[in-house]
This record gives sequence, C-alpha cells and structure tokens, in this order.
Amino acid sequence: MKGDPLIVCEHVDFGYEDQDAVIDVDMEIDQGDYLCIVGENGSGKSTLMKGILGLLKPTGGTLTLDEDLKRTGIGYLPQQTVAQRDFPATVYEVVRSGCLSRRGMRPFYTRKEEQLVLECMEKLKIGALKDHCYRELSGGQQQRVLIARALCATSKLLVLDEPVTGLDPSAIQELYQILQRLNREDGVTILMVSHDIRNVVGQADKILHLGQRVLFYGSAEAYRKSGLGQRFLGTGK
Amino acid sequence: MGVIKEMLSYPFLVRALAGGMLVSLCASLLGVSLVLKRYSMIGDGLSHVSFGALSVAIALGWSPLAVSIPVVVLAAFFLLRITESSKLKSDAAIAMISASALAIGIIVTSMTTGMTTDISSYMFGSILAMSQADVRLAVVLSVVVLGLFIFCYHKIFAVTFDESFAKATGVRVDLYNVLIAILTAVTIVLGMRMMGAMLISSLIIFPALTSMRVFKSFKGVMISSGVVSVVCFLAGMVASYTLSTPAGASVVVMDLLCFLLFTAWAAVGRSKK
Repeated sequence: MKGDPLIVCEHVDFGYEDQDAVIDVDMEIDQGDYLCIVGENGSGKSTLMKGILGLLKPTGGTLTLDEDLKRTGIGYLPQQTVAQRDFPATVYEVVRSGCLSRRGMRPFYTRKEEQLVLECMEKLKIGALKDHCYRELSGGQQQRVLIARALCATSKLLVLDEPVTGLDPSAIQELYQILQRLNREDGVTILMVSHDIRNVVGQADKILHLGQRVLFYGSAEAYRKSGLGQRFLGTGK
Repeated sequence: MGVIKEMLSYPFLVRALAGGMLVSLCASLLGVSLVLKRYSMIGDGLSHVSFGALSVAIALGWSPLAVSIPVVVLAAFFLLRITESSKLKSDAAIAMISASALAIGIIVTSMTTGMTTDISSYMFGSILAMSQADVRLAVVLSVVVLGLFIFCYHKIFAVTFDESFAKATGVRVDLYNVLIAILTAVTIVLGMRMMGAMLISSLIIFPALTSMRVFKSFKGVMISSGVVSVVCFLAGMVASYTLSTPAGASVVVMDLLCFLLFTAWAAVGRSKK
C-alpha cells in the first residue's frame, strides 16, 4: 500500500463520564482514503470523530496516530456555530488562522505561511473574496473558506463534521466536487461524518456505519449491496 | 481644551482619567472576545458579584481590592464553567447569581452603614473612587492585557472564532478562556467603583458592538473598540465635569451615542452600494 496508515483504531471505546457512546470500533484510515461515517442521530458519529481528533480520550482500546499527523495536527471542519454567522473577520483572517499549529510559540506569521494561505485560497477559488467579510458570504462560500483554513493546517487529513447541513442543493453538489478533487488530485485523505447518505455513497470509497457499535465497515460498493445499506438507502425492497 | 486643563488641575480627576482610560481600554479589548463568544452576560454577572464582595469587605473593614479580586476571579471561573456546560441554562444561572450577590451586598451594607450614599456610589459609581493604588493596578493590568492581545493575537482570534478547530490544531483553548476570564474579573473590580456596579458591563459590551457595526475585519474591530472606548470615556468625563452629571452614567451615554453614530454610518455605507 501507500505506506503506514494514518489512523488505526483497535477495539476503541469512547464516551462521556461513565457512559460509552461508541463501543469497540476497529478501523484503519490509510493515506488517500475517502471514508464516510454514517449512522442515525445519537449513534456516536460525532463522538467517534471527536475521539479521532484527540478532543476525547478513549475509554478503552488503542488509537494510534501517524507520527507526521501528530506533528501537523488534523485539518478539521467543525459544524458552524451560531456565533460564527455574524463574526466580523475577513476571509483572509479566517483562512490564516489555520496556520496556527505550524507556528508553535512564534507570535506572528511568516511570509511562507502567508504564501500558503494564498495558495489554499486559490485551490478553493476564494482568492477574489480575500478581503470580504466572512459573515456576508453565502453558506457554500463560508464552507469553502473553512476548508481552505483546514488545508492550511495540514494537507494530509481533512475531517468534516456534517459539512452539508444548511446548504442549498447546488452548494452541496459543489462541495462534493471540491472534496472529490482534493481527494483525487491532491491526495488529501478525507474523513467525513454525514447524514446525507445517498450522495455520500456515490462519493466515498469506504463507509463506516455506526450504531454505537460498528454495523458495517467496508467499501462503498459493498455497502450498497449489503442488507443494511439497502435498508438505509431505501434501494432494497 | 481649557476644560481639560482645568480638570487636570484636580489630582483626583487626574487619577480618575488615567485609571479610567486604562480600564476602558482593557475592557474593550476583552469585550470583543467576550461579546463574539456570546459571553456578554458574564461581565454583568461579575460586576454584581463584585458589588457583593465589595460591600462585605467594607463592612468587615478589610481592603476592598484584596477581597473582591479573588472572589470575582473565582466567580469568573464558575460562570465560565456554567456557560460551557450545556446542561445548565447559563443565562438563567448567571441572572440568579447576579441577583443573589446584589442582594447580599445590599443587606450587608444597609446593616452596617445604612442605606446611605455608599450604596448609591457603589451602584452608580463615584468619581472619587480611583485611588493611587487603583491606578497602579490599572497600569499593570493594561500591560498584561495589551501584551496578551499583541503577542497572542492570532491565538485569541482562533479561540474566539472557532474553539473546536483551535482545539484540534493544538491550541490550549481552556488556558485562554481562563486567562480572559481572570483579566475580565480584575478589569471589572477596578472599574466598578468608578463606573458603578450597574454600569460597568457597558464598558465591555458597547465598544465591541459599536465597532462591529462598521468594521469587517477582526483586527479592525479590535483597534476600533480600543479607540472608541477611550474616546467615549474621555468625552463622558468632560461631559460629566461641565454638566455636573454622574461620571459613570455620562460615559455610558457617550457609548450609546457612539453606537448610534456607527449604526447610522453603517446604514449610509450600505445604501451607497
């Protein structure tokens, strides 16, 4: 394969206080993967993702992160908060904040980092919006700004939490095209948590269906043929 | 100009102007972060706690700052914790704490000194309140706040804009939250006796809201807040001196005027497009 996997979960449990929200997850994320985590509300999708991001400690099992990934951090695209919707910041300021993890203790950004910010903005075609105010952008544009920010942190792994929530249909299609391009052309590994299962099955290579435990883990092709997948997609009888 | 010269000939006014400007500056910078994170209520809650602590300290004959600062810092931790946990209804909890602290303060004061001018000066501020020690503490506070906002500017932006992302990229979000809460607590304690418990939170909220009307970048909002805050404070003090109005209230009215002015400015800017 293409070298060591980025993330390996072996019998991992995650939970809050004394209750485990996710039990016994076995999975592997390789470089260049496009993995989508699906499941109903309360199935532990977000919990698993927070665990992978290191925001939660596993309560059991082992979670191993690639050394490189530990250094650069993970490019994360969280769900939008209410506070962000009217946040006064330019697109440039938001994208630039993705470079934070590269900086360590240095208080200011270097020219090289500023260059990277511009490149990431070009990649997502938001270069022209550089000095626009974040709160005046459309939902789809805001999402692209946040992806550019995540790419500034790392071009290895992008983690997206319900990225299509609240977007209109054309913006959703555009977002999927962007992700596909990043995955195919730039070799960015993508891990996405989503409700939008119909679209996702056509996009991702691998599917992890969660219902507290792993109900399905394998290729998108196999998922479509499985009983669970057909029930969930509504393609079966 | 003549008025300002005249004002500067009174030592207590010089202290009030110097201390007040520094406190206004700190409050406005911290305020941008607090307002954007939807923590505006914390400022209000802390000022009431500060009033309670101050009343108790004076009743017991202890040094007001030595008692209020630790109490309010503790309260700041606590309020932050409440706001962060989704289980409690944070706005209701803060309102409850504010009212309780206020009630305790009023009872303690009325039992010891009676409901006299003391209460009114804590509630609505007194120009005589800035002591030499207060001004010194204000200088230290503003050095710390300015240092934080200059050297950790980008981290503060990241933490304010998106805590989850900042956490995932390895910023110590909790540390910054606590730091901001502590500095807010100190700012409020310092400014409260001059501005008044009921009015001090306006120093935190107004400049940020005013600047957000017009400015579109985080940097712009930050700088404008600092400037607006200091200018409104000075204008309020001059108004208070010439019209013999209460100092704290005059500053707040100036803040309000400035807010309306900026709102009009934004409306004109929009209609031109």
